[in-house]
Amino acid sequence: MHESYQPAVSALQRRFGAELREFRDEITLLVEPDHWIDAATALRDEFGFNSLEGITAVDYWPQQTPRFHIIAHIYSFSIHKTIILRVPLNGNSPTLPTLETVFPNANWHEREVWDMFGIRFEGHGDLRRILMPQDWQGHPQRKDYPLGYEEVQFTFNFDKISLKKPAPRE
Amino acid sequence: MTEQQLFEMGGMEHLFSERAMRGETMVLNMGPQHPSTHGVLRLVLELDGEIVQNCVPDIGFLHTGVEKNMEGKTYQKAEVMTDRLDYMNTIGNNLVYCMAVEKLCDLDVPPRAQGIRVILAELQRIASHLLWLGTSALDLAAMSVFLYAMREREMIMDIFELVSGQRMMTTYIRPGGLWRDVPVEFEQTVREFIRILPKRIDEYESLLTKNPLFIERTIGIGKISVEDCIRWGVTGPVLRGSGMGFDLRKVHPYMGYEQYDFNIPTETGGDINARYKVRVQEMRESIRIVEQALDKLPLGPVRSNNRKYVPPPRSEIGTSMEALIHHFKLWTEGFTPPVGSVYAVTESPRGELGCFLESDGSPKPYRVHFKTPSFTNLQIMPLLSKGHFVADLVGIIGSIDIVLGDTDR
Amino acid sequence: MGVEQKAGNLGIVTTTLEQAVNWSRTNSMWPMLFGLACCAIEMMAAQSASYDLSRFGMELMRPSPRQSDLMIVAGRVSRKMAPVLRNLYDQMPDPKWVIAMGDCAACGGVFNNYAIMQGVDEVVPVDVYIAGCPPRPEGLIHGIITLHEKVRKEKIHTWK
Repeated sequence: MHESYQPAVSALQRRFGAELREFRDEITLLVEPDHWIDAATALRDEFGFNSLEGITAVDYWPQQTPRFHIIAHIYSFSIHKTIILRVPLNGNSPTLPTLETVFPNANWHEREVWDMFGIRFEGHGDLRRILMPQDWQGHPQRKDYPLGYEEVQFTFNFDKISLKKPAPRE
Repeated sequence: MTEQQLFEMGGMEHLFSERAMRGETMVLNMGPQHPSTHGVLRLVLELDGEIVQNCVPDIGFLHTGVEKNMEGKTYQKAEVMTDRLDYMNTIGNNLVYCMAVEKLCDLDVPPRAQGIRVILAELQRIASHLLWLGTSALDLAAMSVFLYAMREREMIMDIFELVSGQRMMTTYIRPGGLWRDVPVEFEQTVREFIRILPKRIDEYESLLTKNPLFIERTIGIGKISVEDCIRWGVTGPVLRGSGMGFDLRKVHPYMGYEQYDFNIPTETGGDINARYKVRVQEMRESIRIVEQALDKLPLGPVRSNNRKYVPPPRSEIGTSMEALIHHFKLWTEGFTPPVGSVYAVTESPRGELGCFLESDGSPKPYRVHFKTPSFTNLQIMPLLSKGHFVADLVGIIGSIDIVLGDTDR
Repeated sequence: MGVEQKAGNLGIVTTTLEQAVNWSRTNSMWPMLFGLACCAIEMMAAQSASYDLSRFGMELMRPSPRQSDLMIVAGRVSRKMAPVLRNLYDQMPDPKWVIAMGDCAACGGVFNNYAIMQGVDEVVPVDVYIAGCPPRPEGLIHGIITLHEKVRKEKIHTWK
């Protein structure tokens, strides 16, 4: 691990009990959901990690604890390094406080995580669907949501599939 | 507001001011099908006369579900879908995905493959900027620039077709190297192209840079400061046009960019004109990089030798039993990378493009996420458009340079 | 001996009403700008100087549906975009034709999932399908010429 990471990593490990993981020269810190906002604020104010690159999520269904991991990539323009924060969440509709107060561009990223995974962000100004239509049911990128695959139409099942395909009037 | 008007807003009432609710200011829908929104972007504008008070982008009309679809395919087959994300930067998308896979599997890439990847990526950058120039000048009513820019772009498409057989969605860059080596006419064709391009760029500049109409429509419009850029996570020519010379090719060099000598064009205006100048200068710098890469291109293999991940060349299959078995296993089952997650970044013509890849040891990616520059950069639209006319809005959208395939994935 | 021989030198041409109307419909068909994704770039390349579409009378791409006859659906249509597509199709005045350009508009293409409509013929009736991902500009021109041939063969009783 590069020594420019050292102050930030040791402070977070000491204050919030963050677990450190290193893989292929990337530093990942696992924090608990209660310390999520404090860890991000500390990184931004004290250690100069001033830009959020993105927020995304991973679904580990059928494992339920934890079911989701939220991942935030935070970049520092002064030392040119990225720290990755991971937060484990349990259950089928977890909630997490919003990062919008710390980094304003978390707005759309969190809307996308809500749309695709169903994780609510408390305190978000505008939590509605961003990529799917407003009246869509379900959260598509969860592992228990089907892909929506349509069977390929060969000659042996041509008529069966033609019956199911919607056709326009006129 | 009447019942009908509230229905059209579709849940966005909380984003508009009290004046809009009373009917003092007009709420106008600049719908998904519009000649100058560069794709299917819907903007809901709140107008006071002709001046924009607020602008709410509504995206998702091109959502393709690429990330979920890639989870069902093996690593090699999933690469086909990465081309179609940001369709102006197809080589760049392949490159970032392959860099993520190579970082995960710890694959080496031979120097000849790195050099050719750099040449193709820079040609793709020139092609993307040419189309940007053509369409955004078309929006500002300079119509002949579009035809000239497409003429150059056809030459780049011909180079891609020479190399891979396809004009746009090449899938030429594969994990571990390239699909196959370039044909013998490649070097001569590329050198011929970069010989004529600088004069053509001078032609475009002579049409636009000192044109009083263009200057009127671009100076002072759509300003953003460096602090706002950092707060909103904006990268690419928008950040460089505001004053910070940050380019991932210099700060975190990849694919051997550290051996090439090039500058990072930076302007301080922060408005549309500054971004225009940055992109035109970037085209010239890309020409320099291509020339140096062609001069330094070594001879050698174009694919890694690690047969656990990279299929052997066809000529070996006839003679070696192991090559046949590796070929069979790799194309039927796929390779099994180690468990873990990686994040690889490149500099696309729009900004920082990143690929987050998490694997659980199976031949199919467990989670792929693309951090795309257009999604991040489009968030500053309300900030940039406040207080300007509707006619300026068109120029502002063009100058951020968004591609909707990138935004919606 | 017919009217043609007697009137030939006067510069008069005789034809049937069908042929005349069909000829005029094909020679100035105005396409509507409906480029969605990657195929739109190839459509723009087909319009520019190397593969010129204005030799078919199509140099103008009308953004307004009220002034166009041909809708070239170029690109993938997602479920959110489908009502917009149908709305625009309904706003076009008769006679109108639809070309589904590219694999995604014809059959869903590479993307067989929840978000993309598997073929644009689920919402609008299509006249010509063009294959390719994306189809070359020559492919688009071949599709347009096929459509012209189809229109030339239309009979009076099938006119809209």
